[in-house]
Amino acid sequence: MDIFLQQLLNALSLGGTYALLALGLAVVFSIIGLINFAHGELMTVTGYAVCFALIWGLPFPLAVIAGLAVAMTAAFLMERVAFRPVRGASGTTLLLTSFAVSAILRVLFQNLISARPIPVAIPASLSGVVTIGPLHLGMIQLISIIVTLAMLLGLNLFLHRTMAGRAMRAAAEDFAVLRLMGLRANSVVATAFAISGLLAGVAGVLWVAQRGSVDPLMGALPVLKAFIAAIIGGLGSLSGAVAGGFLLGFIEVILQAYLPESLLPYRDAFAILLVITVLLFRPQGLLARKTLVKL
Amino acid sequence: MTMPDNPLLSIEGLTVSYGAVEAVRGIDLTVRRGEIVTLLGANGAGKSSTLNALVGLAPRKAKRMEFAGTDLTGLPPETIVRRGMTLVPEGRRVFSSLTVEENLMLGGAKHAARGNPAQVKADMLERFPILAERLHQKAGSLSGGEQQMLAIGRALMSSPDLLLLDEPSLGLAPQVVDRIFDLIGNLRDRGLTILLVEQNVAQSLEIADRGYVLANGRIELQGSAEALRSSPEIQDAYLGA
Repeated sequence: MDIFLQQLLNALSLGGTYALLALGLAVVFSIIGLINFAHGELMTVTGYAVCFALIWGLPFPLAVIAGLAVAMTAAFLMERVAFRPVRGASGTTLLLTSFAVSAILRVLFQNLISARPIPVAIPASLSGVVTIGPLHLGMIQLISIIVTLAMLLGLNLFLHRTMAGRAMRAAAEDFAVLRLMGLRANSVVATAFAISGLLAGVAGVLWVAQRGSVDPLMGALPVLKAFIAAIIGGLGSLSGAVAGGFLLGFIEVILQAYLPESLLPYRDAFAILLVITVLLFRPQGLLARKTLVKL
Repeated sequence: MTMPDNPLLSIEGLTVSYGAVEAVRGIDLTVRRGEIVTLLGANGAGKSSTLNALVGLAPRKAKRMEFAGTDLTGLPPETIVRRGMTLVPEGRRVFSSLTVEENLMLGGAKHAARGNPAQVKADMLERFPILAERLHQKAGSLSGGEQQMLAIGRALMSSPDLLLLDEPSLGLAPQVVDRIFDLIGNLRDRGLTILLVEQNVAQSLEIADRGYVLANGRIELQGSAEALRSSPEIQDAYLGA
């Protein structure tokens, strides 16, 4: 039982990161129908920003704030430079654009920074282990669970209690009619990207804090997982993305814990098999909603 | 009462094309302050395209397109709406996962300069007691008639000078249709100018001052509501006399 609880905490921590990333993808997709594969590079950029801020001597909390600011700015610029010119184009065009942005950024990281991982000086106070009764939890895991829950709560408050949040929910339903409310299409889309950047930034900080290093391809795998999570949950559904993220984290951790050792290398294959099973029975995803993408 | 020299909306040579398909082929249209003007015609005649083009939601070209003295050419919908012309779209299109109150709030979100949204909302809830009762319900849970009232209420939150209504009676029960038409008359009496697209020709011509009949993207007939009512074309095609 204790082992199961321990695994559950591990799953919450990993799934939470997937959930934040999947949510970032879903926020943008729900409004402009774009699956942003350059989302992972927002994580990477955050990692580098935190890394360099620490090298320049900023204290860790300030470095984190700098990282998040850079992530939001990068997301905002991505929209302005790459995605706005193709807004309203076909899904394929949008998808290819996001692959291009992702590829360009990776090459820039490799050539301007380094192709090798750069260590990030995470404060020693974060590497401790917290013992709660029979359970042992890494300090960073604990922080990541708390931060994830705080982000989810904060986003929920933003979406339901502020005018910008209501506008985003309305935009996800019917973008054209939102414009008839006198709300600028461009600022609603920009807000969506800034939020998705913040979510990627938080996930990036948590990811880097666990790994202790940054490399140009750092964002690739987690964002692929987040994409899978968003699909399981039902693309465009925000609660679906969160549910999908936690479910995928849970599946991975359980497989890691209970698969026989000879099968462990195939862990991801089993995880994806489960995803396929979910989609066979619910091709629209677990919590799908009708998405209207009109401009 | 009307000022023929200074119409609120004045359009010349409006065309709307979706790719190779021309839905509206060069129409002239005038709406004066305080009027109800109705746009009639069969399905696919270009009525909805015309309204969507006026607010900038459909791809449009025109020789001249003026609203309250400003040129509408090239303006995006959000700017046009802020200038005082708004559309209640066909099929109501309320934000169904948002509450009634949130729908109204969004309607007034950017219009503090045009009117006091809090005051407008209070007036609105007095006029639509049913919306006041349902303020915290999801808009999607309302009946069709209630949703239509919400859609109109949401548009009124922007304190418009000109309200474009696209098929407000579509799919509603006859008593509800009567209430919607009463409401439209009421709004005009309070000084609002209305451009109404309707399939319900008899009731529209009863309430309207003037009308245009569209066919295949062109204006086929126009005149005072009275003249249209008694014209043989309308009698044959729509009123079944």
